[in-house]
Amino acid sequence: MSIWPEERVAAADSDLDTVDMTVNVGPQHPATHGVFRMVLTVDGELVVGCEPYIGYLHRGLEKLSENADYRQAMGWWDRTDYLAGMCCEGAYTMAVERLAGIEVPERADYIRVIMMELSRINSHFMFLGAFGADVGSFGTSFVYAWRERERIYDLFEEVAGDRMFPTYFRIGGVTMDLPDNFEPRCRWVLGSIKQGLEDMDGLLTGNEVFVERCRGLTPVTPEQAIAWGFTGPMLRATGVPWDIRKAEPYSVYPKIDFEIPVGVQGDVFDRFHVRLAECYQSVRIIEQCLEQMPEGRVLAPKLPKTLRINDGELYMPTEGTKGEYGVYLMAKGGTNPYRAKLRSPSFCNLSALQELVVGSYVADAIIILGSLDIVLGEVDK
Amino acid sequence: MSEFPFADPFFGLSWLDAIIRIVIVVLVMTLVVVYLTYGERKVVARFQMRLGPTRTGPIGLLQGFADAIKLLIKEDVRPRNADRWVFEFAPYLTFIPVFLVLVALPFAQDWGVRNLALGMFFVFAVLGLNIVGVLMAGLGSGNKYALLGGVRAAAQMISYEIPLVVALLAVAMVAGTLDLNAIVGMQDSRPFILIQPLAFVIFFTAMLSELHRAPFDIPVAESEIVGGYFVEYSGIRWSMFQLAEYASLWAFSIFGSAIFLGGWAFPFGEDWGWGWQLVLTLIKSLIMIMLIFWVRATLPRLRMDQLMSFCWKALIEVSFALLLVNGLFLYYDWPEPILAAVNWVGAILFLGGIYLRAARKPSTKNLVGSYKHAEVPNP
Repeated sequence: MSIWPEERVAAADSDLDTVDMTVNVGPQHPATHGVFRMVLTVDGELVVGCEPYIGYLHRGLEKLSENADYRQAMGWWDRTDYLAGMCCEGAYTMAVERLAGIEVPERADYIRVIMMELSRINSHFMFLGAFGADVGSFGTSFVYAWRERERIYDLFEEVAGDRMFPTYFRIGGVTMDLPDNFEPRCRWVLGSIKQGLEDMDGLLTGNEVFVERCRGLTPVTPEQAIAWGFTGPMLRATGVPWDIRKAEPYSVYPKIDFEIPVGVQGDVFDRFHVRLAECYQSVRIIEQCLEQMPEGRVLAPKLPKTLRINDGELYMPTEGTKGEYGVYLMAKGGTNPYRAKLRSPSFCNLSALQELVVGSYVADAIIILGSLDIVLGEVDK
Repeated sequence: MSEFPFADPFFGLSWLDAIIRIVIVVLVMTLVVVYLTYGERKVVARFQMRLGPTRTGPIGLLQGFADAIKLLIKEDVRPRNADRWVFEFAPYLTFIPVFLVLVALPFAQDWGVRNLALGMFFVFAVLGLNIVGVLMAGLGSGNKYALLGGVRAAAQMISYEIPLVVALLAVAMVAGTLDLNAIVGMQDSRPFILIQPLAFVIFFTAMLSELHRAPFDIPVAESEIVGGYFVEYSGIRWSMFQLAEYASLWAFSIFGSAIFLGGWAFPFGEDWGWGWQLVLTLIKSLIMIMLIFWVRATLPRLRMDQLMSFCWKALIEVSFALLLVNGLFLYYDWPEPILAAVNWVGAILFLGGIYLRAARKPSTKNLVGSYKHAEVPNP
């Protein structure tokens, strides 16, 4: 019995010609970070074709949201970018609030920003750890990342009662005020995060093997990045300082001083490095929030028992962890949105995979996929 | 015959003696492999702020046996696509050569299965056979990951065999013999690493590659080809690959420590008896193993072409230059301290070159936080 029937037949026709081989990567593969599948056509070690398949995690988020009360839909939005649940529910609640014209108390806004930035650090740490593992570090980077992630999740648990999918935000504020000891606990976690970032920097950034693997791999020009619809760290790695938090500010970001790290040539190393640098900026944002946060209510008073929104539509772009996480809502009266749409950054970033991967080696294809930092919950919605 | 035990044949019968020695070595080897897997898990766990196995037995000491029993009673699956005989015999062909290496290794003075006059040559010859099993596993599994892994392994092991052998030949030239026991015996006052540091650097690098250890674990890359050539194996056959991997780790460590670190001879020589010699061999091989674990826990993986170009463009040239320099010194009978000095200069230049290559990169250490302040376009 032949091992690969079709390829053997093809090879028998020509003398001494090599045959391209298809290698299936995923949906169960350690490098795909979820249920993503790509079929690589390889000529030896060289990738000559790549066909991505998505949809294994499709849960019909948009249709579910259209069939539920504005408040009931909250829980599903957490589960899109499941590494940064707070960012997703933040985007959704802000979209509904803008559409309904609900004012949020200032304290609630600050709490939201703290939670969203902690989520961002959490998600970026997941990237740093998993990317190190992709490049071949034997789990050490993964465990370094996990230490800080556990501490952030512990903080979430203390604040919201849940770790990954807290559903802590409410339309009009947040569920409950922060616990009494939050500020010292949070500052301790921030210190730990800084230590973790330095560890990660020392383990990976300064490592000759790591730099050799990542430097100059698939550089992307700003024009290409914009044409492909890159947003977030993927776009900033090419040198374009585009960050929704600065460009179209929402919440309390205008009051906060922070910088946008940008890369130089948009290669894999820059994508890694921009995310590492962003974590430092997130720490800065949280520290300022802790100082500026006023006392007061955390949930707007006199909220309607059932939220009904008359005609209107709105697109709310936010800076998610992977890029522009935009929520489009269209209301035509009643308690449900008429149309809900998610512009998921992972999906747009992933669309360039084929162009980036073809022509590289198999080993590089894996780390290029890793450098896109996709979350399949968000790609498949 | 010497005064040490085990130098004479057991019961005066050479064939019975050989069997007894082989059985002892295989038993010791299996025990060592069980504890090396445990040791690696513990050591790497400590590098990663974890505890490692703690539950099975006191501080997890029985974990290796638990794993072994689990593997023995697991189902031995053979994929339908697999080439039956090639698939089933590959594990044996991987681990038999490694056990054959043990025949020549000197554990203490005249302790070993056999004292071969061409011991070093025997080790090279037998270790080269390892590739056959790996390639058979890659080709016979009927799996494309396994095929990629097998071909990668073959290319890598054949390439790195050259600098490995040439570097060791340079040492053998200085020693003037290929008899491992004699080489170790010469080092009672100074180990050869002091005279041939460059050869040690080359040997250690090539050894990592031969063992498929990080940063050269390309044939078994877990995040790319999910284990490589043994991806389709399960149960007892998989554990044979594992046995071969750790057994060769230990065999290489003893081999390397015998040639470079002075094996049983340095620093006490024959004066302190065979007990101390065994302890010395053990300590020195554990130092080598510890180094390998350390590298594994720290370094990411190289790419195939980078690996090959490092071998063909750097290691092979340096090792042949070393051979040439050693030959020159030995031919004209120049004194040993000058030979050692030249070798040290060579080793420092080689490592310095690698360091400078890393340093000529744009400085990455201070880049975080020092990115230029971005100009934000007005919305």
